[in-house]
Amino acid sequence: MASISLKTGTVNKMVKEESHKAVENFSDQLSNERLEIEGRSLWADARRRFLSNKAAVASMVVLVAVTLLIVFGPMVSQFTYDEIDWANMAAPPSMETGHFFGTDHLGRDLFVRTLEGGRISFMVGALGALVAVIIGTIYGSMAGFLGGRVDNLMMRALEILQSFPFMFLVILMITFFGRSILLIFIAIGAVSWLDMARIVRGQTLSLKSKEFIEAAVISGASSTQIVFRHLIPNLLGIVVVYASLLVPGMILFESFLSFLGLGVQEPMTSWGALVNEGATSMEVAIWQLAFPTSFLVVTLFCFNFIGDGLRDALDPKDR
Amino acid sequence: MHSHAEAWERVVEGTHLINGVPMFTFILKRIGVAIPTLFILVLLSFFLMQMAPGSPFTGDFNMPPEILANLEAKYHLDKPLWQQFAYYLKDLLQGDLGPSFKYKDYTVNELVAQSFPVSITIGSLAFLVTVLMGVGLGTLAALRQNSWIDYTVMTFSMVGVVLPSFVIAPLMVLIFSISLKWLPAGGWNDGSWQNMVLPVAAMAILYVAAVARIMRSSMIETLNSNFIRTARAKGLPRRHIIFKHALKPALLPVVSYLGPAFVGIITGSVVIETVFGLPGIGQHFVNGALNRDYSLVLGLTIIIGSLTILFTAVVDILYGLIDPKIRVGS
Amino acid sequence: MKKPFKALKLAGIPALTLAASIMAVTNANAAIVPAGTQLAQAQELVRGNGAEPASIDPQKVEGVPGSSVTKDLFEGLVTQDADGNTIPGQAESWTVSEDNKVFTFKIRDTAQWSNGDPVTAGDFVFAFQRAVDPETASRYAWFMEIPTIVNASAIVKGKKPADSLGVKAIDDKTFQVTLEKPVPYFIKMLAHQTTFPVPQKIVEKFGDHWTRPGNMVSNGAYKLADWRVNEKIVLERNSNYWNDKETVINKVTYLPIVSTTSELNRYKADEVDMTNLIPVEHFKSLKKQIPNEVKVTPYLGTYYYTFNTKRKPFDDARVRKALSYAINRDAISKYVKGQGEKPAYTFTPETVSGFVPPTTDYSKMTQGERNAEAKRLLSEAGYGPDKPLKFDLLYNTDEAHKKVAIAIAQMWKPLGVKVTLVNQEWKTFLDSRNDGKFDVARAGWIGDYNEASTMLDLNTSTHGQNDSQFVNQMYDKLMSESRVVTSDEERSHLYTEAEKILADEMPVAPIYQYVTSRLVKPYVGGYPMSNVEDNVYTRDLFIKKH
Repeated sequence: MASISLKTGTVNKMVKEESHKAVENFSDQLSNERLEIEGRSLWADARRRFLSNKAAVASMVVLVAVTLLIVFGPMVSQFTYDEIDWANMAAPPSMETGHFFGTDHLGRDLFVRTLEGGRISFMVGALGALVAVIIGTIYGSMAGFLGGRVDNLMMRALEILQSFPFMFLVILMITFFGRSILLIFIAIGAVSWLDMARIVRGQTLSLKSKEFIEAAVISGASSTQIVFRHLIPNLLGIVVVYASLLVPGMILFESFLSFLGLGVQEPMTSWGALVNEGATSMEVAIWQLAFPTSFLVVTLFCFNFIGDGLRDALDPKDR
Repeated sequence: MHSHAEAWERVVEGTHLINGVPMFTFILKRIGVAIPTLFILVLLSFFLMQMAPGSPFTGDFNMPPEILANLEAKYHLDKPLWQQFAYYLKDLLQGDLGPSFKYKDYTVNELVAQSFPVSITIGSLAFLVTVLMGVGLGTLAALRQNSWIDYTVMTFSMVGVVLPSFVIAPLMVLIFSISLKWLPAGGWNDGSWQNMVLPVAAMAILYVAAVARIMRSSMIETLNSNFIRTARAKGLPRRHIIFKHALKPALLPVVSYLGPAFVGIITGSVVIETVFGLPGIGQHFVNGALNRDYSLVLGLTIIIGSLTILFTAVVDILYGLIDPKIRVGS
Repeated sequence: MKKPFKALKLAGIPALTLAASIMAVTNANAAIVPAGTQLAQAQELVRGNGAEPASIDPQKVEGVPGSSVTKDLFEGLVTQDADGNTIPGQAESWTVSEDNKVFTFKIRDTAQWSNGDPVTAGDFVFAFQRAVDPETASRYAWFMEIPTIVNASAIVKGKKPADSLGVKAIDDKTFQVTLEKPVPYFIKMLAHQTTFPVPQKIVEKFGDHWTRPGNMVSNGAYKLADWRVNEKIVLERNSNYWNDKETVINKVTYLPIVSTTSELNRYKADEVDMTNLIPVEHFKSLKKQIPNEVKVTPYLGTYYYTFNTKRKPFDDARVRKALSYAINRDAISKYVKGQGEKPAYTFTPETVSGFVPPTTDYSKMTQGERNAEAKRLLSEAGYGPDKPLKFDLLYNTDEAHKKVAIAIAQMWKPLGVKVTLVNQEWKTFLDSRNDGKFDVARAGWIGDYNEASTMLDLNTSTHGQNDSQFVNQMYDKLMSESRVVTSDEERSHLYTEAEKILADEMPVAPIYQYVTSRLVKPYVGGYPMSNVEDNVYTRDLFIKKH
């Protein structure tokens, strides 16, 4: 499992190693306890451990606050995200004009745009991660469960996909899907599931020899049933840890696409697009960089702390 | 019961062919797998690239059809796809990546020969800085867990992870080149050290941060594991324990992170290259794809793909060499 | 810098009143250093070049970056002075036959290649044939078809051999070109790189590698010293250039910096002396801080939106007009661009020589009147609050295009129009626009030579770049007539009529007239402020003591 590479950004790369450990420890735990009985208490334990992690809980609170702001904030402002205020172009923040975060070079209100951009960034992160997790889980558990030749073939295919430069696939997809950022992220999610698949496969291999699976096999359940009813629910722990760390990776990746000018379609925006625009004029209009960047950084921080918290919570070693 | 080292044994046992298989056989096996993998990579990229809308010759204006025909004939684009592929493979086997479709005065081989050294130089330096600083800082933070040193290191690494490089890099230019006038704002200048400082630093920041985090948590785990406790109980000096016993197993996760990352680092970052105006691989790759420079992108895909396969194998070998089971085992 | 001219091939071209004459020889192709100027010791210049050239082979150049470099390296039969006037280059004089079809050029005795070989008529014959030869596969082969050089079209199509082209070397220093039709602006076209000579011996010796440093031999004021793709192209003074004694700058470096912010940073860090562009966001503050270094010059081109007249509802002129009227061009040029661009109400920019812009109906109205008229037209066409007009606005990935699109979409909003902005990366965008897969698309046109037909021909029904697929017999007739008339006055009248048809039918909505804006260090002298084709020859510049 050492040859894993996820190229969607530093966060993910790092995540991989750490989630590995979580997987290992998690699987240790699973293999050493009677699952059916201990399963529930495992989750209760995890919740207790997570709640005692101050950084993670604080991050949770901040994240909820950011989410609320993103959802309801735009209602406070007198402006809409695409409205041009011809009298206040590239204007600094001011309470009088009602532009709390100032305006961009086209005179659009940055307060509303920052929050609007947050919606897109969250959506993109969640969607991309969701697609990656779904495909990865299904592919990995199938390979692990079916084993033998099929497993071998599926892993070969994975290796080939892995040797593709990630950017190549992404640019190709953008030329195909062109206009919709959501489609693009579904597509990116669809090529970022490789690590997920490997992790899940390893986990499945160790679960497979457990009694409850054997029991299901003997009682004549079909492969699909076993995978969906028995394997996947038991893989949920790692999947949650991994997904919590995929989301910030996706958000960061969107900002990279915006740098290349391949991100979300105007007049919609995202944090990545706003930060990128701000970065081109930081000497003349620092507020254009400062506000979106603060939101982006704080959110990514939170996701990272929560991911750490989840990992620790699901890591039995700290008992 | 579940010591870290034991957990890693499982990883090693589960996935590492090198265990129990002689190095030579292992390498042969790897090559046997790599060749078909590469072939499929070439095949897929070739056809995927052709499927993208637009062609290398779509221009600002509709070219008169006869001129377009002349251009396509020159690059064999008028032939059926499978035949184009056959041409390409034939040249490829002779090490010829073909002419660039965009840069009419150059072949892909020449473009790679010009840009690769730049990316490798910047990348290797950034890699070196990453390893030294990342491992050093991570270990330091682990040893001083929950002290101000720990918090400083961890905050720094978080910032490095969450701030996009297109914010960090221009910020550095603004401070060090324009305000302080210490270093050049861009350019390669035949690889003079002044021109390398900022790009290397900008690139390393991202990875140092990540490595420091991984190193810290893996070092903490190792220090808490049974065999280290035993060593401590035996009364071995702290320094001895850290360098002789803890460092190697703690490095494992860093190795498996940096192996694949190494290819990413040396094949260049389009952001860093764009901001600093460096003539490296990253720009060629992204612009090539956007320009539909089929041959350039294919050539780079093959090179990057092969490097990925190569370094994956190298990581596996390295893993075998610092296998905790052999070192620490019972 | 770009275009095909099917239309021109079809048009009957009249005998022009360009009298057969010998041009007076003035040495304006050199730096004019005002008396009393103290020159710097190091005469070296670093220019931002926008992008890596696709080629610096004169016949293979594809865009502006390559064109700028080749214009320093090579010199054609004629060249331009700082004001964009055509002046003798390698040819010291020329004669034109009675019927205006045969041009005979006398090449300077002093014209030499950088290796000391004389520039011969044979080199020109070789270069002209090379441009049309299918073997070369030049993207600019069409450029030789515009002036209807004998057999050019047939050769490009592969129907005749390249050596059947209507060019010949009468002797070593006499070069003759024969045209099928007397195209009036042929001489003007010879300042373009496609017609530059190339050293036959060298090209034949090195093949595709002849443009490498060490191999390349050139006949312009500079020669190639170094070339690193994506990093720099370095040119050094060519001591064998016929007018080398009046060149001042010894070394010029072109940097292919794509990011305008990076370019600005390097300008501020004193690593670049002359930028390629100024980032829009910084223009105002730069204008305040360093007004002397901000150079804005008119540019021969128009930024416009093109309507797909083959698609509903844009087949209805009222819809097109309504949308065009509702664009507040003053706001776009003043606030969105703000670099001195002028609002455009005609397709031909005012800077085109000899063009008097007609006053179109809507140019006289106030924006309020235009908006009211737009509303009226749209409801007449059957669109209103209960039946909103919905369509896509297509533009290519770029900060500047994005800003204009956003602003215009906002201006359309009060009409009850629902616009979806669609941005595609360059190649996909071109595909969509060329294939008519759009409702409304962004476009821009830069003239190839300084005459109104370079713009107006675009909207003729047979033109390759007629993206709106506009077909109007009257317009086609006016444009072909414009080549039959002999007096400038009459021709100007025809152009006015053509512009009126465009204003009535509105297949395209002109938005603003381009300008070129650059940052130029105060110590760079001789920067041309009135070359509308934006030819900045390094040989015309000099570095003042600083």
